[in-house]
Order: sequence, then C-alpha cells, then structure tokens
Amino acid sequence: MSDRTALNGDPKQAARKAWMSLLAKAPEAQVLALWGERPAPDHQMLRTPELGSTMVRGRIGATGNAFNLGEMTITRCSVQLSDGPIGHAYVQGRSKEKARIAALVDAMMQTDAAESIHAEILTPLAEARASAKAVRAAKAAATKVDFFTMARGED
Amino acid sequence: MQTLTQTLAQTPTLSGGFTEAPQQSARAFRAVMNVMARPGMIETLDLALPPAPLSVAAGTLALTLLDHNTPVYLAGKWDCAAVRDWLTFHTSAPFATAEEADFAFGDWDALQPVSAYRIGTPEYPDRSATLVVEMTALSNTGAILTGPGIKDSAQLSLPDVAAARANTALFPLGYDLFLCAGDQLAALPRSTKVRTV
Repeated sequence: MSDRTALNGDPKQAARKAWMSLLAKAPEAQVLALWGERPAPDHQMLRTPELGSTMVRGRIGATGNAFNLGEMTITRCSVQLSDGPIGHAYVQGRSKEKARIAALVDAMMQTDAAESIHAEILTPLAEARASAKAVRAAKAAATKVDFFTMARGED
Repeated sequence: MQTLTQTLAQTPTLSGGFTEAPQQSARAFRAVMNVMARPGMIETLDLALPPAPLSVAAGTLALTLLDHNTPVYLAGKWDCAAVRDWLTFHTSAPFATAEEADFAFGDWDALQPVSAYRIGTPEYPDRSATLVVEMTALSNTGAILTGPGIKDSAQLSLPDVAAARANTALFPLGYDLFLCAGDQLAALPRSTKVRTV
C-alpha cells in the first residue's frame, strides 16, 4: 500500500497515469485517426494484444463502500522500443489495434518524441474528451429540476 | 519531460514471453502433462526465452502453470531482479517463502531443505508444492523408476535418489518435481517408486 501511495504522489507517475487513462477511455476511431499513417518506431512486442475482462468498481458520491458495478471488456498490450522504453496499455473495448497504438504512445511519451506525440495525439484526445463531457453535462443540465420550498409557515 | 525519460526508461528484460499465447501455452501444457504422466519421459520445451539463470524449459513451464493464485519461491541465485520482474510481468504470480509456495524454482542445492515445502494434508494432498529443479543435464540414466505411468521401468538422472525415496514414502502426501536442463523437461511425481541401479 505504501508503494501505491508513493506512486500517487510522484508527479511523473501522475502524468503517465493521466495519459494512460486518456488513451484507455478514448474511442477507437479517434485514436486510430489521430495516429494515422504514422510509422511506428522500431519496437518488439512484450505482450501481444490480448482480450480480457475486468470488474469495474464504483462508489456513489464518494461515500460508503465500493461496489461491483459490472464487468467490462479490456484489451492489453505491452511494447518495448528498440532504445529501451517500455509502453503498457490497458484499454477499454476489444480493439487490438487501439491497444497496440496506446502502448506505442505510452512508450514514445518516454522518449524525445514526447512533445510532438503530446501535441498531435494526447491534446486532441483530451480536448475531445472535455467537449464530450461538456455536451453530456449540458444535456443533463437541461433536464435539471430545481426543487424549492416556499415558506412553510411552521412558525 | 527529460527527467521522466530518464526515470522511466529503465530497460528490464521483459522480452521472451509467448508470442502466440493460446497455441504455445496449449503445446507447453501438453508437454508438461506428458512428462508428469509418464515419469522418465524427457520432452523439449523451448517456447519462451526467460532471463538467466532461469532455463528455457523452466521459463516456459512458469508461463504455462503460474498465475496470480500460485505463490512462487525463488531459491538462491534464482531470486534476482531479472527473474522476479519477468515472472511478475508475464504471470503476475506473487512471491512467497518456501513454506507457503506452490511452486519453487532453483537448483537442487539452492532448494534445500526440501522439508520446508508443503506436502499437503491427508484431506487435501493436492495442497502441496511443486519444485522446478534446474539441472545441468538430463538423461535416461541413473535411478530406476517404476510405478503409475511407467510400463516396466524407466531411468532418469535424478538430483538426489535418497530424497526422492523419502518423498515417495510420504504418499499420498509429498511434493512433485519437475527437472529442467536447458530446453529439456522431465518430471518425478510423488507416486513414482525410485531405486538405485
């Protein structure tokens, strides 16, 4: 547990966590489109893309105990670039290609290519996620009902 | 970003796992099952490339049989960062002491004392350890094996005949042995009776 706490406090780990999370949740079509025809750097597969499922746990309102929300399909993949960095990906869905690209992006984010990858792939993904979230929030906000109580005259 | 590059770009050797896990693990399991079912049989098991000092056969065996439910004990020089990282990445098996382990890896000297390993209980004789013994060579010479899975008798170069006889005497309790040398694999289940020539 102390290991985990230490990792959470590390800004580098937090940054890596953020981009891995972004890739994990991004829609397949978006990731594939942003990666485009980019040639992959020299790499070897440590773990070829494989499908599995994992239990998603939730907690309502951040109170009470965590509960099992349900299982979801995930695909994982690990690659190692020829100059050393290792990239891991655990992404939602069953797209092996997306998992491979996500692992490559994770590996390349640890190299000198980090800045261009960040600008060309991660930033657009983050923007798309933010706007999708805003649209969803706006739709939900439109249905919001304000309950208010008139003075009930209890005095 | 530069510091991130330096911190994260360690180069552990995680390569050498299965490239086609479904087919390769099925083939490896078949070989593992055959040697355990027919003591004395030696099979080639060369589907993975683990870091030294883990042999090719032991590494393939590990990828085939280990998962997050099988505590592993690494003995002697097998307990090194390279082997630990490789096993963790490919199998997610937890590491344990000799007394708690389901699987133990090492050569015969490093694995001593064998009395440390679990031999099961009369109700659950399956709750016992499997020792994966690294050897320099394996051949069908030496101790004579008889018992289940052996038509008349077989011969196998065992690391320690006396210990094997003591283990057989515990039947149905006891540990099971896999013997690895390079890419060669053989097994000695607790049910096999062992005598010297």
